[in-house]
Amino acid sequence: MQKEIIIAGFGGQGVLFGGQVLAYAAMDTGKQVTWIPSYGPEMRGGTANCTVVIADDEIGSPLVKNPPLAIALNLPSFDKYEPLIQKGGTLIVNQSMVDRGPKRDDIKVIPIPCNEIAEEIGDRKLLNMVAVGALLTALPELAIKDLEKALEAHLPAKHKNLLPKNYEALKKGFELAMSLN
Amino acid sequence: MTREMWEGNQAIAEAAVRAGLEAYFGYPITPQTEVLEYLSKRMPELGRVFLQAESELGAINMVYGAACAGVRVMSSSSSPGVSLMLEGISYIAGTEIPAVIVNVMRGGPGLGNIAPSQGDYNQAVHGGGHGDYFPIVLAPGSVQEAVDLMGLSFDLAEKYRAICMMILDGNVGQMMEPIEMPEMRPVQRKDWDWAVRGKGDKERRILSSIYIDPAAEEVTNFRLLERWRQIEANEVRYKEYFLEDADFVVIGFGTAGRVALSAVRAARQKGIKVGLFRPITVSPFPHKVIDELANRVQAFLVVEMNSGQMLEDVRLSVKGRVPVEFYGRMGGIVPFPDEILGEIERISSEGVKTGMHPRDAWFERMVAAR
Repeated sequence: MQKEIIIAGFGGQGVLFGGQVLAYAAMDTGKQVTWIPSYGPEMRGGTANCTVVIADDEIGSPLVKNPPLAIALNLPSFDKYEPLIQKGGTLIVNQSMVDRGPKRDDIKVIPIPCNEIAEEIGDRKLLNMVAVGALLTALPELAIKDLEKALEAHLPAKHKNLLPKNYEALKKGFELAMSLN
Repeated sequence: MTREMWEGNQAIAEAAVRAGLEAYFGYPITPQTEVLEYLSKRMPELGRVFLQAESELGAINMVYGAACAGVRVMSSSSSPGVSLMLEGISYIAGTEIPAVIVNVMRGGPGLGNIAPSQGDYNQAVHGGGHGDYFPIVLAPGSVQEAVDLMGLSFDLAEKYRAICMMILDGNVGQMMEPIEMPEMRPVQRKDWDWAVRGKGDKERRILSSIYIDPAAEEVTNFRLLERWRQIEANEVRYKEYFLEDADFVVIGFGTAGRVALSAVRAARQKGIKVGLFRPITVSPFPHKVIDELANRVQAFLVVEMNSGQMLEDVRLSVKGRVPVEFYGRMGGIVPFPDEILGEIERISSEGVKTGMHPRDAWFERMVAAR
């Protein structure tokens, strides 16, 4: 088994942390994993993306051109990664930040209004967890429970009070993606 | 042992601490600044020395001084910073004292950029500093390997009173992988018979790289060479993948080697009998193993993130018996596996044209594809 995931968006949307939560969950469930960032010069407002590779065996390339799975949290990321997804792959799109539908019909594009859902939960910063929750519908190797455990184990102590809302964000993203399936 | 997620740069910093690093001197430069950042907090916590020097020249000469006192010492930098250190590195080599240097290589030449590169292979492996000396050069491909080799670097440097350099690229430095961190080893100042720590009631010792008399310098050169011959005989390290039945073999180190692993696996799925050879010590270079491989495989493909630097060492091992091909990306570009897969498929279906230098053939293919 090997699965590659690219998460892309603006800096400040929690792109890198979203990938780290997946990586921690993969590690804690005994898998091999790599997480590699790439971001523009600005820490906030620039484009950011990270690649997560989850596998049973030693991982070769930590970077992938045509991933089976991706999350696009804004329009530039949607434009960039929609053409690159493997045929039959899944792309989670933050519908709050894009004004168009998919161009391809040979991949599954799941539109999730991540910003609105995060705001309903009470913290706009949770939009990354909403998207990651939605991604899990296409990543059977990891369950919501695995991500909850990873958050609990690896979230810095000062943020532990945010755990219930993170769990809620994961669950709402997952449930909406399931209902759209 | 439990696995923990570590970023490469921070992981090698902690691994150095656990190997008994007593003093660190450095100067910040992307993409290795996280090594300094981490040690600036960690070393004082343990009552050890962290010092950000005024420049790379300052840092390497502080390393030189601390090494003369026999303490475990290191510096780290990235390509342009390492160039600045070369004078000091040569002095350290000439003084026959152990020191560990980490180079997290970036795109170049010149100021270049901060993207991952392997452009400093020749500088690291074939000298860099002036004069006759041979550094040990380790090239990890993963965070775990970098951590393991970090500890080994100090042991090798001390065993052979030599420079041990670890070269990695920004990929290994900045990615996160689950690893097992080694146990903390105590700081030990061994009672080296060469270290200068104040004469006391013992015999006076002098450490220097000055030999005004050429005959005395040649004696030193012979001593350095004798140690190097031991290193060559004992310290070659590498990793092999799918070589048992391979018709031809991809050779790559560090990140290029692990990207090639993905390509080799994909080619295997298509029924192509290709293997991968990944040197871990690029100095001493695994000449003998490649020499033996050249007797039983039909061709080699060297993959690097430069214009073909290790390529020349592979050609020396192969000695023209079978064709050697090359594929490289430069300037801070990391190849994707499908690029290497394309080369593997081309070699598998069309064979290799002989008679042309592999770099020239690659150059022409790249120009034609642009």
